[in-house]
Amino acid sequence: MEIVVLLKQVPATESIVRIADDGVSIKTDDIKWVINPYDELAVEEALRIKEAQGGKVTILSVGTDKTVEAIRTALAMGADEGVLINDPQTQGCDALGIARILAAVLKDIPYDLIIAGQRAVDDDNYQVGTAVAEFLSIPNISMVIKEEIADGKIKCHRSIEGGTVVLEAPLPVLFTTQRGLNEPRYASLPGIMKAKKKPLDTKTLADIGLDSSKVGDAITKINVMQLPPEREGGRIVEGETAQEKVTELVRALHEEAKVI
Amino acid sequence: MSQGVLAIAEQVDGVFRKVTYEALSEGKRIAGSLGCDLTAVVLGSDVENISKGLGKYGADRILVADNTALKEYMTDAYTNVIADIIGKENPAVVILGATAVQGRDLSASLSARLNAPLAMECVEIRVENDKLIATRPMYGGKIMSEVALEGKPRIVATRPNAMAVAESAGAGSIEQLDVDTGKTVLQFVEKKMETGKIELTEADVVVSGGRGMGGSDYSVVEKLAELLGGAVGASRSAVDEGWRPHSDQVGQTGKVVSPNLYIASGISGAIQHLAGMSSSKVIVAINKDSEAPIFSKADFGIVGDLFEVLPLVTEEIKKLKG
Ligand SMILES: Cc1cc2nc3c(=O)[nH]c(=O)nc-3n(C[C@H](O)[C@H](O)[C@H](O)COP(=O)(O)OP(=O)(O)OC[C@H]3O[C@@H](n4cnc5c(N)ncnc54)[C@H](O)[C@@H]3O)c2cc1C
Ligand SMILES: Nc1ncnc2c1ncn2[C@@H]1O[C@H](COP(=O)(O)O)[C@@H](O)[C@H]1O
Repeated sequence: MEIVVLLKQVPATESIVRIADDGVSIKTDDIKWVINPYDELAVEEALRIKEAQGGKVTILSVGTDKTVEAIRTALAMGADEGVLINDPQTQGCDALGIARILAAVLKDIPYDLIIAGQRAVDDDNYQVGTAVAEFLSIPNISMVIKEEIADGKIKCHRSIEGGTVVLEAPLPVLFTTQRGLNEPRYASLPGIMKAKKKPLDTKTLADIGLDSSKVGDAITKINVMQLPPEREGGRIVEGETAQEKVTELVRALHEEAKVI
Repeated sequence: MSQGVLAIAEQVDGVFRKVTYEALSEGKRIAGSLGCDLTAVVLGSDVENISKGLGKYGADRILVADNTALKEYMTDAYTNVIADIIGKENPAVVILGATAVQGRDLSASLSARLNAPLAMECVEIRVENDKLIATRPMYGGKIMSEVALEGKPRIVATRPNAMAVAESAGAGSIEQLDVDTGKTVLQFVEKKMETGKIELTEADVVVSGGRGMGGSDYSVVEKLAELLGGAVGASRSAVDEGWRPHSDQVGQTGKVVSPNLYIASGISGAIQHLAGMSSSKVIVAINKDSEAPIFSKADFGIVGDLFEVLPLVTEEIKKLKG
């Protein structure tokens, strides 16, 4: 089983995000970078499938010099190889641009299964995985919480509002992850040592045969970033007893806020 | 930009999602500023009857693709059919609700198929000259981005509960379409729905319990949620403890909710939790620690034990409702 995981490095979710001077990106000076949490689920699931069925897990990412850390972490968890597309032209890409690059690389990597995150928690686009599947003309199953592979087919339990749906498709398939799929392992010390020697191939857009002058032409373009309005919280409802506080709260919700 | 707005309606087992009415209402508003019509498209099996109702939300034409092969949402069949319809209708704008069942998946797949720009989870959309500009949260809502869409059609997927539902009469004329689901490989196996559960992202009221619940007995939270016709949410800690299912998790790596009223009980207010609920209209926090960070985001806070406070709130609201 040849499995490819699409992995993005993102700011840790506890990061305080500040807007950079250009107004369309964020300040990165004191950000801690991590593997996108949904892609961590993808790495874990890939490893479990490999452990059960044999095969190879390749980590594929479009990123920067820093992204090497994230790929090494995935290799330390147990993945076999990494491929990093590192090219300044990718900076201006929108989701379709990134998906096109990933699809181009995947022309040269064998795969039976591709696993992506449902979304990257920086741009929250919910788009790249599905778009890659479309560009490769393979089925896409999003928000998967459980999968079973047998006889060249995959059966996926997909989480939907108010329930789950079970779908089946012949491999190759791309699926995206949802929390509940698994609990990602930590990289072990021997794993970290081994990861240093695992192959990590870095390529530019030219290396994968893409015209770098065209790739960055976004059709969904960020004009400006703003901080959401600050919430002015902080009104503590006072009272001698819990009952007094509650009476006042319910009055305020009914008469002032008019939400009940 | 004037060949019309196409709104993709989403129905599950013959019932339209609330976000469909939101997307239609918003689509009508956009059509108004572009000076064009709003066309709704409904895919499904046995859906003609329910489709008539969409005229009430501004649909001038309602295209109905009634086909047993479209009973359940399947990415490939739906993408094939809607891509064909878009090819024929040539709309300037395609609008739909950004749901996990269908909207997010379908919009991403259409965007790739048609090389069309897409703004996911929009909370605001405006037309400026010839441009469509959408506001969408990024970084789990810590940032709001304004994105400009270039190309055709411009696809906007609206976040549930973000757009107002407005009734406005459209002609609502129904046209039956003969559709071809094209080449498909995905097979539907089964669907399991939890009956009677109100979807978190669509609920007007969400009552959430965190680690302060101390265990899986959520009855004090559930009773209040039920009384208010709302949904029950949870923090990630509560989900990790196994007290609640993953589908109840609110936050940056859970669901993002924007109800009229969000009641956080026994939740400290970590940045990842706030990312999922700070766009709620009114936030109430109940926590026994007066220093809990949640209080700085809450419109109303009660310092106290949730097991004492929540039942009193339920009683008090019952009295109010008489
Ligand atoms: C990658 C990543 C992603 C994450 N994503 C999410 C996410 O999507 N959603 C999310 O919620 N978290 C998320 N987290 C976790 C987050 O950082 C916090 O750990 C979590 O939100 C804390 O949950 P809590 O407030 O229920 O628990 P705690 O922080 O332990 O707070 C419990 C609160 O309950 C109060 N309390 C206790 N007993 C009572 C009582 N009887 N009455 C009243 N109050 C009481 C306490 O005073 C305390 O404030 C994420 C973390 C990481 C690293
Ligand atoms: N730069 C990237 N490199 C590799 N994979 C990516 C990249 N961006 C997005 N992805 C994959 O696509 C998923 C969805 O991302 P997005 O559409 O950006 O929210 C992520 O969880 C990754 O699996």
